[in-house]
Amino acid sequence: MIAVTAVMAVAAIYFLVPVLWLVIASTKSTGDLFSTPGFAFADFHLLDNLYALSTYDGGIFWRWGLNSIIYSVIGSALTTFVCAITGYALAVYRFRGRAALISVVLASLLVPGTVIAQPTYVLLVTLGLDNTYAGLLLPALVYPFGVLLCFIFAQSAVPLELVEAARLDGAGEFRIFGSIGLRLLATGLVTVLLFAFLGSWNSYILPLLVLTDQELMPLTVGLTGWSQASITIPGLQILTVVGSLVSVVPIAIVFLSLQRFWKAGLTAGSVRG
Amino acid sequence: MTDGTATTTPRRRFSGAGSPWAPYVFVAPFVLLFIVFLIAPIGVAIVNSLFSRQSSGLGFGGSSIEFVGLTNFLRAFADRDFLAGFPRVLLYGAVQVPVMMAVAATLALLFDTALVKARRFFQFSVFLPYAVPSVIAALLWGFLYQPSVSPILQFFAGIGLDVNPLSPGIVLWSIANISLWSLIGINMIILFSALQSVPREMYEAARIDGASELRTALQIKLPMISPAILLTTLSSIIGTLQLFNEPQVLQTITSNIPSDYTPNMAIYAASTLGKDPHLASAMAVILGLATLVVSLLVLAANRRTTNRAADGI
Repeated sequence: MIAVTAVMAVAAIYFLVPVLWLVIASTKSTGDLFSTPGFAFADFHLLDNLYALSTYDGGIFWRWGLNSIIYSVIGSALTTFVCAITGYALAVYRFRGRAALISVVLASLLVPGTVIAQPTYVLLVTLGLDNTYAGLLLPALVYPFGVLLCFIFAQSAVPLELVEAARLDGAGEFRIFGSIGLRLLATGLVTVLLFAFLGSWNSYILPLLVLTDQELMPLTVGLTGWSQASITIPGLQILTVVGSLVSVVPIAIVFLSLQRFWKAGLTAGSVRG
Repeated sequence: MTDGTATTTPRRRFSGAGSPWAPYVFVAPFVLLFIVFLIAPIGVAIVNSLFSRQSSGLGFGGSSIEFVGLTNFLRAFADRDFLAGFPRVLLYGAVQVPVMMAVAATLALLFDTALVKARRFFQFSVFLPYAVPSVIAALLWGFLYQPSVSPILQFFAGIGLDVNPLSPGIVLWSIANISLWSLIGINMIILFSALQSVPREMYEAARIDGASELRTALQIKLPMISPAILLTTLSSIIGTLQLFNEPQVLQTITSNIPSDYTPNMAIYAASTLGKDPHLASAMAVILGLATLVVSLLVLAANRRTTNRAADGI
């Protein structure tokens, strides 16, 4: 009992300490960051730091934040819709090519994501989509694991009898999907949505390759750029710290407050293994 | 996974009614995007890898793209630094994946018992790092690895231990630490969710037979969630072969991570610094095939052990 609590306490310290450092460091001035002990508060500079963060380079930080939100929110919503409609069709209809599509989806799970980043970039250049929002949004819509999850969910959550009954009532196929399918799949879709969201929120190698325009960059690329530049521009060090904190807080709140929903989805998915 | 596709219970008969074209319309967006952004890039990589830009006349006479066969592959295989990345990420994976799975499984099993107090707080702390993008996590740990700002290193220095997490021999494990910190949480949650869906009656018999919590955990709970363990292990292995974000970010604060430290970094460097997309494509094809081989080996090894376990029963 005591041993278990001790293990848990050690784990909690390991996982929380870097975040705690980030919070404390964000309140310091550049000078204090280097001259005061890491876990001790110095003079309170958080508001100054936030002001500097908001004004540096014409407020580019918030532009990056907005971009991250555009890529992640729009991207994950569209991705989830594509996965849902595909998984639903695979579960509800028997059509030519269905078995082939399922095998292709399964096989593509073994295709490593970041390896195709470079070829995807070459392709986007060919299509003239490099350095555009679309160039980063469209490749993210291909999410075979999400299709597979939706297929598994739909098999257990959408009774064919219900689809049949809706047809007898004269509902069209799209209406059935929109008003019955999507609703029955909702729990599972939260999981897909969150994984897709985190995928694009974390995305780094593709935006790094595809985007050259500062104005289009997400937070990950922007902040690492600052970190790199801080070697020659000392003030950027503290802005990287504060920027990291600001970029982490909202996502942590959203994610942790939604965990009831996506945990339920994970459980539903693992039942069929 | 295969169960879902192969077995169709009598209840789940497919109805012939409805518009015959509806399913095609439904799957069309995915199929189209799949072809354009998954199949086509693979094709682009393979075709690109067989060509090369040849400049004529000291580079003044312009350049042309010519078919060079396997030359780019030979160049990639002759590149010692590129090749050195493979044993490096394999060594990294051989340590990082078992440690991560062991810690994630231990925490998940502990959370599944009644022994943990303040469960919500502890689950929150284990999971919190997953909400931090891996790139931000690398930035954050990057600060904690620098003696000038790191409270941890200052503490060690205070007790007379001079640790440099960025020194050549240690930096690989400092990178591993960042991905452990980031990913233990999500793996723990997946395993914990799998444990929660095991019917509680399964444990009754063991309890009646007088099995301890530990024995129940090792001999009943772990085997019950083996599909979830396989899934998380496999995706972790694929992840380690793709290692890019953390070393790429740490590269800016240390000279001990060259730009071709991992295969994925070498591809990125060849494409951007070297401006040779053809060599980069050949490298990407090599890394893709290597990943595929490792994944298939893991799947085959797993099938073998599962069969053996089934024979044993």
